[in-house]
Amino acid sequence: MTETTTLYEQLGGEAAVNAAVDIFYRKVLSDYRINRFFDDVNMAQQAAKQKAFLTMAFGGPHNYTGEDMRKGHAHLVKLGLDDSHFDAVMENLGATLAELNVPQELIAQVAAIGESTRNDVLGR
Amino acid sequence: MSLKTIKLDDHVIACQEGDSVLDALLRDNIDIPYHCRRGVCQSCMIRSLDDAPPAASQNGLTDVLQHQNYFLACLCYPEQDMTISLNSPKDFFTEMTVIDKKLLNLDILSLTLKCNTPLNYYAGQFVNLKRHDGLQRSYSIANNHLLNTDSLTLHIRKLKGGLFSEWAHQELAVGDTIDISDSQGLCYYLPNQLDQNLMLIGTGSGLAPLLGIISEALHQGHSGDIHLFHGSREVEGLYLIEEMQQLTQQYQNFYYTPCLSSDTLSNGFAKGRSHDVAMSSISSLKDWRIYLCGHPDMVHQAKRQAFLKGAAIQNIYADAFHVGTALAK
Repeated sequence: MTETTTLYEQLGGEAAVNAAVDIFYRKVLSDYRINRFFDDVNMAQQAAKQKAFLTMAFGGPHNYTGEDMRKGHAHLVKLGLDDSHFDAVMENLGATLAELNVPQELIAQVAAIGESTRNDVLGR
Repeated sequence: MSLKTIKLDDHVIACQEGDSVLDALLRDNIDIPYHCRRGVCQSCMIRSLDDAPPAASQNGLTDVLQHQNYFLACLCYPEQDMTISLNSPKDFFTEMTVIDKKLLNLDILSLTLKCNTPLNYYAGQFVNLKRHDGLQRSYSIANNHLLNTDSLTLHIRKLKGGLFSEWAHQELAVGDTIDISDSQGLCYYLPNQLDQNLMLIGTGSGLAPLLGIISEALHQGHSGDIHLFHGSREVEGLYLIEEMQQLTQQYQNFYYTPCLSSDTLSNGFAKGRSHDVAMSSISSLKDWRIYLCGHPDMVHQAKRQAFLKGAAIQNIYADAFHVGTALAK
């Protein structure tokens, strides 16, 4: 038995991301604490971004840099994006994975990757 | 041995074995947007102008984009020589003759144009009309190409002060010619899942593309339910009401709900905005295909509502009518 499977593989790779992206995005759009930040976005483009974000959080292949995260959220920081909103997104991410019956220890690993973007997202 | 060539406008680019189209384009200093290089961000989406691209390069694209031979340059390892385009299709214009002109209600004109050569279009797409002085406007195709390969029907709503629409209503006459672009747009019907339920929501002349889509779906033997919601403020803003009611008699899987958003109650009409009426009529849109045409605010809100009701984003097709630049001073 090999113990070298990555987090991304354990979660189920691209198929798992595809299963999660709509559930996650629906939760975010339904969440009164944060949905105003998504009022004017193009939904198809936003879904592609959510998919890229989830791929990264799942430990999958990505080219995101801290700089991308800063640039991508700078206009929202000006509108008041803060820790409470970041927490809400993380909560929705955890709930999405729980709904997909992902084991708790893997959810914790995803949460840790997501958490690592906090300061870049919030422009600090 | 396995070198493939990629034609792009006047360039011929060599693509080495093991290189993606994106690699080859970047090596030749072609300016193409890209980001993730892994097929996720879709920044490098381009179009094949000759054959269908390799299936793997269309991973994650909607069925209509695949049908139009769009692909992701970063995922495309050419299997044969290719001709590609980085831009949306250039406008090639064909001269057509007005063969019929009639009013559908006080403001909406049905214009039928005929061409000498067969046309390649899908109901729900749009064309650009170019007047002889160069003034251009986009209108959706309301008829079914399976029944009319050499004619197009368009619905032109008269806008107060609208340079093009007032001219089309008042001056353009049967027998006149006008230049028509190749058809464009991705909001159309594909007969790839005949049992899928369809919801179509249109406001005003947004009915036009939906009529074409419905006609084509029924013609293809679509067996899933087809629900049409057509909205306006007052009853005068709706049109083809009797024709739609007749269609419900003719096809058991076709449902029609005319909606009025004004305060007046009228028998036979649902009260409220068409997308609100539509969304509250059905509990889940999981696995449905949704078509939205008309006012940009309606399209924007209905997209979100449909998604939250369970429709997948790739199953939501929309065509928002923007008229902001169409008005004269």
